Amino acid sequence: MSAARTGRAAWLLQIALFAALAAGAWWLAGTAAEEMRARGIRSGFDFFAQPAGFWISEGVFEFDPAESYLKAFAAGLANTLRVALPAIAAALLLGTLVGIGRLARNPLLRGLCTAYVETLRNIPLLLQLFTWYYLLTAMLPPAAEAIELLPHVFLGSGGLALPWVADGGLSLPQRGGFAITGGAHLSPEYLALFIGLTGYTAAYIAESVRGGLQSVSAGQRQAAAALGLTPRQTLRLVTLPQALPMLVPPLANQSLNLLKNSSLAVAIGYPELVSIANTTLNQTGRAVECIAVVLAVYLLLCAVGIAIAHALESRLRHWERA
Amino acid sequence: MKRLPPPAPIGLLPWLRSRLFDGPASSLATVLILLAAAWLLPGALRWAVSGAVWSADAEACRQAAGACWGMVAEKYRPILFGRYPYEAQWRPLCATALLLAAIVFSLLAPALTRRKPGLRLWPWLGAAWVLAPAGFLLLMGGGAFGLAAVPTELWGGLPLTLLLATAGIATAFPLALLVALGRSGPLPAVRALCAVYVETVRSIPLVPALFLASFLIPLLVPPRLSADVLLRVQVAITLFAAAYLAEAIRGALASVPDGQRQAAAALGLGWWGTQRHILLPQALRAAAPSIANSFVNLFKDTSLVVVVGLYELTGSLELALSGDPQWRSYHLEGYLFIGALYWLGCYALSRASRHLEPRGR
Repeated sequence: MSAARTGRAAWLLQIALFAALAAGAWWLAGTAAEEMRARGIRSGFDFFAQPAGFWISEGVFEFDPAESYLKAFAAGLANTLRVALPAIAAALLLGTLVGIGRLARNPLLRGLCTAYVETLRNIPLLLQLFTWYYLLTAMLPPAAEAIELLPHVFLGSGGLALPWVADGGLSLPQRGGFAITGGAHLSPEYLALFIGLTGYTAAYIAESVRGGLQSVSAGQRQAAAALGLTPRQTLRLVTLPQALPMLVPPLANQSLNLLKNSSLAVAIGYPELVSIANTTLNQTGRAVECIAVVLAVYLLLCAVGIAIAHALESRLRHWERA
Repeated sequence: MKRLPPPAPIGLLPWLRSRLFDGPASSLATVLILLAAAWLLPGALRWAVSGAVWSADAEACRQAAGACWGMVAEKYRPILFGRYPYEAQWRPLCATALLLAAIVFSLLAPALTRRKPGLRLWPWLGAAWVLAPAGFLLLMGGGAFGLAAVPTELWGGLPLTLLLATAGIATAFPLALLVALGRSGPLPAVRALCAVYVETVRSIPLVPALFLASFLIPLLVPPRLSADVLLRVQVAITLFAAAYLAEAIRGALASVPDGQRQAAAALGLGWWGTQRHILLPQALRAAAPSIANSFVNLFKDTSLVVVVGLYELTGSLELALSGDPQWRSYHLEGYLFIGALYWLGCYALSRASRHLEPRGR
């Protein structure tokens, strides 16, 4: 009987909690709506169809100011993925190498990898982005004197120009008097964001990889050594395959962190989703709507990312058992 | 057949060979690292040390080949204290010192109690954390004891960074504790609510959350409560950090063996008693590394408030340099300077947490 009573009390408590929360949310929404009316702030999503009226400096597809805000948001989302996906791939590669390097027998290599991780993890990403952006814009020569890293690959304060497929052929960048023409062009904002996100996240990934490798029991390594496998074979055939399924959740987590951190682009002016939303809300005053769209997109992207990670993890576990 | 183990390397050269030139890959790494060091280090040292200018002399800086550390000597006050009135900057200096003293004392406390097990530091810690924040706010805000009032918009630099971080930790931790308990508790509705909060917040970036706070909160709070921008940002940072902290604590709660729960029930402990006396002490100890990690992340995340117009350390550096044509070209030195400050803070936090970690079973 006492159990039934506490059960009923618990339900009453929970219903009261929900009622209080709903009332609070209702009151907050009402206050906000009233306040917005009083200040003459209009609300609604109708502005999405209106012409945006601003240029987007770079992107996956061309954007014209006469096109709608909705299209501008789409261009922003495309730009988010344009920097986040390559950066995730690069960070996974670099982080795995550094993580393996932290367990190397060679003290020089180990020290270098440790210094890398301890330095980059302990400095805010925003500061790293500012530093990369400053190095790429203020410390590099202008386009006319751009450094030719490789034949037809130019790096200057205007960004990086590299050969790219265009009109069925290969378009090669050429150095002109004021600018570099031809090929593909990556802006310094993009480069700073790409390098900053990759370097910062790789430090975290390295720590996850190191932890994952160390969690494979020492007996496995000793058994591999007893079978006469070299350290490299041990890593490739014994340690990594066992560590991989365990590594999927933390690495997926870090990849999603990188995706979320790409929103820091707003501080250096790369036109990704949050920057576009910021410009839009400054122009239209529809702050709540713009931010709601951004949050919804990130929620969706993270849900997709988590689903992919789950699928990958179960696939790897099957593969391990097979 | 009996085989002897290979001889252990004795002496410096064989040891070096066994470590640095152990197979082709290792040798290649050693050679590459040494070559890169020989190529980069002399230039870096020339820039940072021998060719650098250390005095606040703009003319000397223009002619020097190396770094201009004189910029830091000239600009350290606007960098460290932002837009705070210049002649009153002894106040943020004292406030920062006060808060730092309390922080350092707290970070050292675990090590001290470990060394002298009989030491009772709790009363002292409590007193420090009542007095230091009160003194900090009084010194920064003024308006009493003959100190002129300084509005929060003018607070900036290092004291602002420390304030956002310590207030964030102090408010996020209790909230996270409640959310973690709610999420692992017996009430399904509360569990769902806490889960939705944690998973939602962990799926969104902090930057739009800061935007949201700075636009939405003024609409919700009556103007007479005048939620100034500092308070809004603090709310966003707290809610954000609490979700990550709650997840760390929940993971640790779930990792406590089930026998502990059953034993507590057998002893007649209720749900709260079990959490308070049995589960939380074990879980918090196990979660210490990830809690420290969350604190470090919160400390670094305070740099993001610059996007909503608050000038903490990163923002005040931009403010100090961008408007001054004489020193504008020495941003790199400034970034290295505040980078070193952040690094020290994060490193101290993560070092101190190692004393809390469980050691060997």
